Amino acid sequence: MRPSREKAGMVYRTVREIRGPLMIVEGVRGAGYNEVVEVKLADGTEIIGTVLDTYSDRAVIQVFGHTEGLSLDAAVRFTGDVLRISLSDDLIGRIFNGSFKPLDGLPEPIGKERREVFVSIINPAAREPPSEFIQTGISVIDGMNSLVRGQKLPIFSEAGLPHNVMAAQVARQSTVLGREEEFAVVFCAMGIKHEEYEFFRREFEQTGALDRSVMVLNLADDPIIERILAPRIALTITEYLAFDLDMHVLAILTDMTSYCEALRSISIAKEEVPARKGYPGYMYSDLATIYERSGKIKGKKGSVTLMPILTIPGGDITHPIPDLTGYITEGQLILSRDLELKGIYPPVNPLPSLSRLMKDGVGSGKTREDHMEVSNQLYMAYAEGVKARDLSRIIGELGLSERERRYLKFADEFERKFINQGIYENRPIEKTLEIAWDLLSLLPEDELIRISEGNIKKYHPKYRKMAV
Amino acid sequence: MIREGVIRRINGSLIIAEGLPDAKIGDVAYIGGQRLIGEVVKISGNEVDLQCYEDTSGLRPGEPVVNTGKPLVAELGPGLVGEIFDGLERSELELWRLTGPFIKKGYRIAPLRRDKKWHFIPRIKVGDRVTEGDILGIVRETSVVEHRILTPVGINGVVERIEEGDFRVEEPIAEIRLPSGEKREITMVQVWPVRIPRPYKRRLPVTDPLFTGQRVIDMFFPVAKGGTAAIPGGFGSGKTITLHQIAKWSDADIVIYIGCGERGNEMAEVITNFPQLEDPRTGKKLIERAIFIANVSNLPVSAREASVYMGVTIAEYLRDQGYHVAVIIDSTSRWAEALRDLSGRLEEIPAEEGYPAYLAERIAGIYERAGKVVALGGADRVGSVTIMGAVSPPGGDFSEPVTSTTIRYVGSLWALDTELAYRRHFPAINWLRSFTKYVGLLDEFWGRYDPNWKIYRERALEVLEEASRLEEIARVIGEKALPDEQRLILLVSEIIREGYLVQHAFHEVDTYCPPEKQVEILKVIIGFYDLARPLIEAGVPVDRLRELRSVMELLRLKEKKTLEEIMEDSARLKTELESLKAEYEVKAA
Repeated sequence: MRPSREKAGMVYRTVREIRGPLMIVEGVRGAGYNEVVEVKLADGTEIIGTVLDTYSDRAVIQVFGHTEGLSLDAAVRFTGDVLRISLSDDLIGRIFNGSFKPLDGLPEPIGKERREVFVSIINPAAREPPSEFIQTGISVIDGMNSLVRGQKLPIFSEAGLPHNVMAAQVARQSTVLGREEEFAVVFCAMGIKHEEYEFFRREFEQTGALDRSVMVLNLADDPIIERILAPRIALTITEYLAFDLDMHVLAILTDMTSYCEALRSISIAKEEVPARKGYPGYMYSDLATIYERSGKIKGKKGSVTLMPILTIPGGDITHPIPDLTGYITEGQLILSRDLELKGIYPPVNPLPSLSRLMKDGVGSGKTREDHMEVSNQLYMAYAEGVKARDLSRIIGELGLSERERRYLKFADEFERKFINQGIYENRPIEKTLEIAWDLLSLLPEDELIRISEGNIKKYHPKYRKMAV
Repeated sequence: MIREGVIRRINGSLIIAEGLPDAKIGDVAYIGGQRLIGEVVKISGNEVDLQCYEDTSGLRPGEPVVNTGKPLVAELGPGLVGEIFDGLERSELELWRLTGPFIKKGYRIAPLRRDKKWHFIPRIKVGDRVTEGDILGIVRETSVVEHRILTPVGINGVVERIEEGDFRVEEPIAEIRLPSGEKREITMVQVWPVRIPRPYKRRLPVTDPLFTGQRVIDMFFPVAKGGTAAIPGGFGSGKTITLHQIAKWSDADIVIYIGCGERGNEMAEVITNFPQLEDPRTGKKLIERAIFIANVSNLPVSAREASVYMGVTIAEYLRDQGYHVAVIIDSTSRWAEALRDLSGRLEEIPAEEGYPAYLAERIAGIYERAGKVVALGGADRVGSVTIMGAVSPPGGDFSEPVTSTTIRYVGSLWALDTELAYRRHFPAINWLRSFTKYVGLLDEFWGRYDPNWKIYRERALEVLEEASRLEEIARVIGEKALPDEQRLILLVSEIIREGYLVQHAFHEVDTYCPPEKQVEILKVIIGFYDLARPLIEAGVPVDRLRELRSVMELLRLKEKKTLEEIMEDSARLKTELESLKAEYEVKAA
């Protein structure tokens, strides 16, 4: 990002128009598409921008940073290169802003490797399908929506729900079974409040995670447009740590809703035809260039696991932001206000939640042979229970059949004992499955149809007691 | 004629160039110093608009544009099977080997390997007269695919020379004397413009279902070999898994899987699994009959548009050799978004939700390339292309333009239901909203296994439909308040749903259900319904039926390995029901 020291490139003072974050410079001959420019303001401050649209004689520039003070007499220098950042292992433990300026008082990083920020695509043929179970110690994740190394699993939340607490717990507790390797954490903040950032920083500090983390921060009062850059800088660092330094990295991106809003403001400034709710038609592809940077590569040790957090506008899951995210990510964890009101933490509603890669990470030799079946049975039983609960609201509990009452009881117990756990409670997977079996034994054995007979005989508390 | 122009403007994937007077719509051009691939999409006066298929970062106005004057083509010949291509038919395996695990742009490689030698065996002799489409000879490409080298379209004449031996794709294997007297050397590789359907002699009516081993599809909503199907559903409703299942188990000769703008990890999973999975019919590895086009979501959007045509063209070429080819597109919505993206950059006036007005025409154009045909050539070879496309409606809303348009042009609709998915009912195909126009084809197919199949199917659908009505009522008054005859319908419908429609893609036995087993299970379930009805009339409460172990066993018939086991369970069920009946007859007496 930092331009080369000799300050090469042509300087123009021919800004014709400034509109929101966009600037049109005239008389420019042959600016490169996506080329980085440096804009020097009258007061001497420098901000950067990139070329969005280029003609033989002019260029449209998207400016990052605060645009206050920007005027037609600004000096625009075309650097001749696309956006790159310097990478080295010195980045670990550092804190940067959305355009890679240090916020920790330390000097700008110097690295041997300068790598492009915007375009990085793993060849699909070179991808290793993720399959290593990550134990987060949170039952509703490990038991029913298991996370695996190299997965992208977002948290869909709403304002006021404890998504940050949960993300911090995941960052704190995650390990791969049998190997006590810790994850390096890359934390990217987009438009979150100072107090939220302070929460993460304190958490990381207390648990020592700060020494194995990199933070890229664009807080609520920072320039909106830098939100386009922040996640890409964070992910460029993440990829370097994972695929050059062989580290296992968990990248937390929060809040993707602020990111998408920034994308929308640029699109509107460019007068593009919007698709839904004013968001641009290319938002799916744009989000894909962020989310798809997670994964594993054949023949490389490291991995990139992504946990984006987004607050669903108005709680509407069909809103373009959660909708398009859900189409790209490998599942989603959905937080529910109802559970939160009941005092359940983490308030993950398992029914609409999903981990697409769970099947590859669990089972015999990985977690336990009955894991997937138990999960499916829990889903089915809880869905039945919730249905019975809805019914009881209309006709009263007495109107329910015996079977329906049983499932209702199951749903209540399941929420209290399985989903609910402490913020600092780290449950091993065996414990999670044990709780699950205890709950399933509330139901008649014949109705456990998602579980094979062999596994029932082996793990059902009834038979286990008999064996003892 | 090759002409060189100059870039005037770059806006994302849209390039505007000048100085290309001979440009035609669809011409492929090399853009800039890096020679990125692009295609002419609009011509106005002196200006030519090009859609660039690679990332344009760093490209500058003033750089050259070279028009090849030729359209975007697919290269066709031995070496296609088992490959993983991008949307422009570049081998991703080869790119990985040459450039490392991250994609580098502007890298050009030949689609088919040039260094590999194939053993060519002629099927005709010197002096034979051949017309376009005739088989010249064969190459054993994999243990299941015999690659038939066809006389290229437009070539008719007398064989002057042909020989058996090991050849590279570009080496001549035969020489044909054309009627004009001119001699033409024939190699094993030919090219075809991807946007033009390959010619055939005539279309045939579709007659056989594509058997998929998935009960809900085969029994209730089949697709024909040569037909079309769409599978729309919101995220998490299981489109991709269902399509993977069809790719794995369908009885097509060759499967072309087009990953169009979808997840990289999912593509990686298919690519990694197929070399290990066995085809239940041939016992060979699935990779030996599969071709992948992996144009994942973070690859340049514009190439998505081309990837679908590329896949369909390869399918038509294999069809012309006499194969039944299944084309799976995941997802057509991402392809449509690529159209929208380009349309927006061209500043066309949008129709609905930003999509161009010609969306319907383009969607129809793809599905219409499916069909069962008699191929060119003297032998009357029959082949087919079946196209199945996923649709990803925003917010799961089926009234959006891509879904609603697609539904008009397909023969089968597998409508996925988020509610079913939440209950982990997979495949989450909603039996009330799905349809098929191919029911007529089932008579012959299922008739081979059981003459009464139609009755089972109709009865099952009746029960499901009635049950959905009763569930509405039960939702208000509670199931307990319904009379027992109606509660029996709910019980049978639950058995059909859990014991038949739900099929576990990752269960060792259940993942593929052979036809005889599909009929047998349904027969036993409907048989139960028939036996149970008189019992209920005789006053046996539904709850007693539910308590019977053999009734609950109906839910596990699908996990049985053999028909004998299913029949044993069925016999036990009959005995248990009879003793229950006896018990109540005694009471009544």
